Amino acid sequence: MSAHAHSDDGHSADGHDFAHPMSVQTLLAVFFALTFLTVITVAQASFDFGAFEVATVMFIATVKAVLVMAFFMHMLADKPFNAIIFIGSFVFVGLFVIFTLGDSLMTSHSFEPKVEELAPAVAEPTITTVDGAP
Amino acid sequence: MSTIEASPEVGHDEHGHDHDHPPFLAHHFDTPEQQFDSGKLGIWLFLVTEVLFFSGMFCAYAIFRALRPEVFEGCSQFLNTKLGAINTGVLLFSSLTMAWAVRCSQLEQHKGLVGTLAATLSCAMIFLGVKAIEYSHKFGMGLLPAGLFFYDPSNPHPTEHPPYLAYICAPFAVALVGVLCWLVFSAVAGKKFQFAVAKPLSVVCLCFFVGVGLGMVLESGEESADHVDTHADPNGLATAPVMLEVEKAAAAEAAPAIAASGAQVSVDEGVLEILATDPTNVGVKSGLNALEQQTAAAGTSTVTGDGEILGAITTTEVDVMTPTTAGVFFSIYYCMTGIHAIHILAGIGVLVWLLVRAVRQDFNRQYFGPVDYVGLYWHLVDLIWIYLFPLLYLIR
Repeated sequence: MSAHAHSDDGHSADGHDFAHPMSVQTLLAVFFALTFLTVITVAQASFDFGAFEVATVMFIATVKAVLVMAFFMHMLADKPFNAIIFIGSFVFVGLFVIFTLGDSLMTSHSFEPKVEELAPAVAEPTITTVDGAP
Repeated sequence: MSTIEASPEVGHDEHGHDHDHPPFLAHHFDTPEQQFDSGKLGIWLFLVTEVLFFSGMFCAYAIFRALRPEVFEGCSQFLNTKLGAINTGVLLFSSLTMAWAVRCSQLEQHKGLVGTLAATLSCAMIFLGVKAIEYSHKFGMGLLPAGLFFYDPSNPHPTEHPPYLAYICAPFAVALVGVLCWLVFSAVAGKKFQFAVAKPLSVVCLCFFVGVGLGMVLESGEESADHVDTHADPNGLATAPVMLEVEKAAAAEAAPAIAASGAQVSVDEGVLEILATDPTNVGVKSGLNALEQQTAAAGTSTVTGDGEILGAITTTEVDVMTPTTAGVFFSIYYCMTGIHAIHILAGIGVLVWLLVRAVRQDFNRQYFGPVDYVGLYWHLVDLIWIYLFPLLYLIR
């Protein structure tokens, strides 16, 4: 399987083969690797990795995604431009999620009344009138 | 591949071109390869829009999980990991058969192409069958999106609810009956082509009910093994400690809040007491003890008029299984898995179209684009599930 699926000669009207069938061994190997990784993901859920849990799960999922993209989606044999377009979309997904999540984490607390903020207002009403807080 | 010496049949010149144009080559393309590459670029761009479309839901997931991790931990216990894992395996296998189908189309193995496409379709149907069990089970329990959520921990399996499973299965049953009738008709009428299409399709439709059966076996197996553990424990073991922690924090802050959350405790106490009678339920028992102590400490003398408003806030903060908080989790769950299931349905649609064309032997080594494009779409759907499964089902 060459890295360049497209022909180097311009005249490929007929007779020229641009199909690059993947070998059955490769397909089966990728499938078993994916199954194995799924088993690992399910198994790791019964251990406690604490804060690393989401990172572990996402790492395994990303390895699986890379396997699917590289082999099942023929990205290795495909034109690099297609891969750039597709992987480029994840850059924008990253920007989108990071900025929105960051904004949410920084501002959400100001939208929900907190018990610790309201409680003194009940206990000592004089303070709130000085502050002018509702 | 180089041994195959099949040159495309030279079609008659419909468009007044002076060069040979095979029938599968659109007249605005010079070569089959150009046609293939253009289509491929198009499908990759479509997949980009799909990724961006799903990223919105993943973003919503990330925000709610970051804000309320305890809700996700508590509610994830209601998702059956076994069913999710089986579905992951089924989808991965369908990805294998789809990639194999692309190979078959490139090598002009027409029988193999029909077989692998039918296998992919069957896996898709099994996936939907298992999903039907998951959904109908949760509908019945009242684990619904926010607004419709009516789950009651003391009565997790209300006996009176519409037959959701029958509703979900009905269209597939109609499709199965229809395809079987078509199969018999085409066999009797001697329509060979239609019979060749209807044969794999009837297997495909049947596979939905294989999936339903598989889901039923796994779901009921888990239920009969430990009925209490499956459905009541998430509320007891997983969410009660969370409730306790937050309530304790609130207790340190203000007395009225405690009184209000004390009222909340008494509501759940009945359930917890039932659970605590089970000697194996150590976690619930200790949780109950803690709750009792806390209620005693809080007393009832501090209930004030303001307590109610504060209590309302505290309860939302505290109890994971209220319609507002748990409902949001299930909103996200149904939205993400539901739209994924719609994509599976769309994939089934185009795969059926491919199956008909494969029976017609439309594809050859110069023209396998449609199989490849549908394959790319199918792998993307698989890719999304690869992320959905651990993010929804495997939260501790």
